[in-house]
This record gives sequence, C-alpha cells and structure tokens, in this order.
Amino acid sequence: MGHVSAPVEVEPTRTPDEIAQTAKPWVTIVWNDPVNLMSYVTYVFQKYFGYSKKKAEKLMMEVHEDGKSVVSHGTREEMERDVQAMHEYGLWATMDRQE
Amino acid sequence: MSAFQRHRRSKLIIANFTGFEADLLRSLAGQLVELLRNEAAVPRDDVDPFEALMDFSGPEEEPDDPVLARLFPTAYPDDEEAAAEFRRFTEGRLRDGKAAAAIAIIDGLEEAGLPPELDEDGLMIDVELDEATAETWMRSFTDLRLALATRLGVEEGDEAYWYSLPDDDPRAQAHDIYEWVGWLQETLVGALSR
Repeated sequence: MGHVSAPVEVEPTRTPDEIAQTAKPWVTIVWNDPVNLMSYVTYVFQKYFGYSKKKAEKLMMEVHEDGKSVVSHGTREEMERDVQAMHEYGLWATMDRQE
Repeated sequence: MSAFQRHRRSKLIIANFTGFEADLLRSLAGQLVELLRNEAAVPRDDVDPFEALMDFSGPEEEPDDPVLARLFPTAYPDDEEAAAEFRRFTEGRLRDGKAAAAIAIIDGLEEAGLPPELDEDGLMIDVELDEATAETWMRSFTDLRLALATRLGVEEGDEAYWYSLPDDDPRAQAHDIYEWVGWLQETLVGALSR
C-alpha cells in the first residue's frame, strides 16, 4: 500500500453498469420448459421482479428462444431468494456465479 | 363453462364451471396434494421419534418422483453441496406452499357449492376470487400442468403427436385435460393482468 500518490484510475473500458454488477456476483437463470405459458412467465417477471412489461417480455422471449435467460443479479443470498420464488411459481430456475 | 374474467364492478375474478369440470379440477388438485405429502420431505422413521420431531431440516437429495423433481429443481446444478443445502432449507416450505395452494382450489370449489360427491346433473359452480386467491389458483394451475406434462412426457412442439392419438387413448384424454387447465390458466393470467 506504499504507492497511492497517483489518483485511482478507473478502467475506461468498464461502464458504470459493469462496475455495479461486480458487486452482484451471482445470477438467477430461468430455463425454458415446454409447459409454462408465455403470458404466465411474463406475468411472473413483472409481478415478482417489478419489471416493466417490455423488459419482462424481452426476458421471457430469451427463455423461449435461447433456452434460458439471466433474470436477476445480486448477492448469493438475494439470488437464493429469487430462485426459491421462481420455484414457488413453478419456473425452472437455477443460480450461478456471474460469468 | 366460461373462462376466467375480471368482473367490471366488483373487480373480483369470476368463472363458472359445470359440476363435472369442478369435480375434475378438485380431483387433480387432490392428487397433487397427495403426491406432495406422499413422498415425505423428511423420510426418517429410522430414528428416535423425539429426535425426528426436533429436526426441522428438509431433504438434501432430489426427489425420486419425476413430478416432484420438476416442482423442486436443483438450484445449483454444478455444486452438489450447495444444492443439498439449498434443498434442505427450501423444499419443505415449497411443498407446504404448493399443497396449500392446491387446497385453496378445493376449498374454493366446495365453498362455491361443489358437493363432496357429485351426483346431480346440471350443477353449475360459480367462483368469485379476490386478487390474492386468484393468484394462488394461477400458481397451482402451473403445478397441475407441470405434473400432468411430466407424467405424459410432453415436449416442445409435440402437439401433432397428441392430436394423432385415437380419442379413446387414455393419454389423449389426459392430454386434453392438460390443455384444458392450460386454457384456464391463460384466461386467468389475462384476467389478472387487466
């Protein structure tokens, strides 16, 4: 800790969003299944996460078309809460470390 | 029957079922409750009864039954230890919640006039649900559909296969029921979004 005279440099390649996400090292992932209705999945994302209809629909389409979508970021405890809530709603959710 | 709708003035979520439909829904919900309670969350009859009573922890391994495995997915696919821990703390509560939701459907239908044994023709059951109860029904419809689909082996884009089965094939009949509950849920999501 001897060389702190120079001002701290923020890496110019990192956006504020990326920096914020470093503090949220875990993610909740919802996976596609052949059962859940698109309208229902959208409803759950709006209701539980408080996302706008537009954002909820975008995430739902990712689940539907890409097979999965990262639906929230946070601490490990926060993500465990989100995964449990998704299981309450019958969605197939898992958690992982942020890539 | 009519689909779920939001009543314009009372704002309640309403639907009406024939006696047959209400009886079918009650039977599906009842089977789900039985399944949730059947494969005990904590199978521990090998230990001291007092010790068992004092142990509030849940199971650590994925349930054997494929329906239960789908209802309670593994939260950490690549970390067995963390997955076991998560399951131990959540599965019991999730099971209770899902059983309570299915029971709410049974109670709602019976309060609306569905008798314990359906024996009259032409009975109609009108249900009126407040927002919270309607949401509970909606969640439980998901569980019922997941259970039926898992038993049937429903896959993405396999509609043509189900429609090709002869009408008297029991799997075709079960698939019709699965689709019916899906339609109920679709209209319920619509009513709740309004």
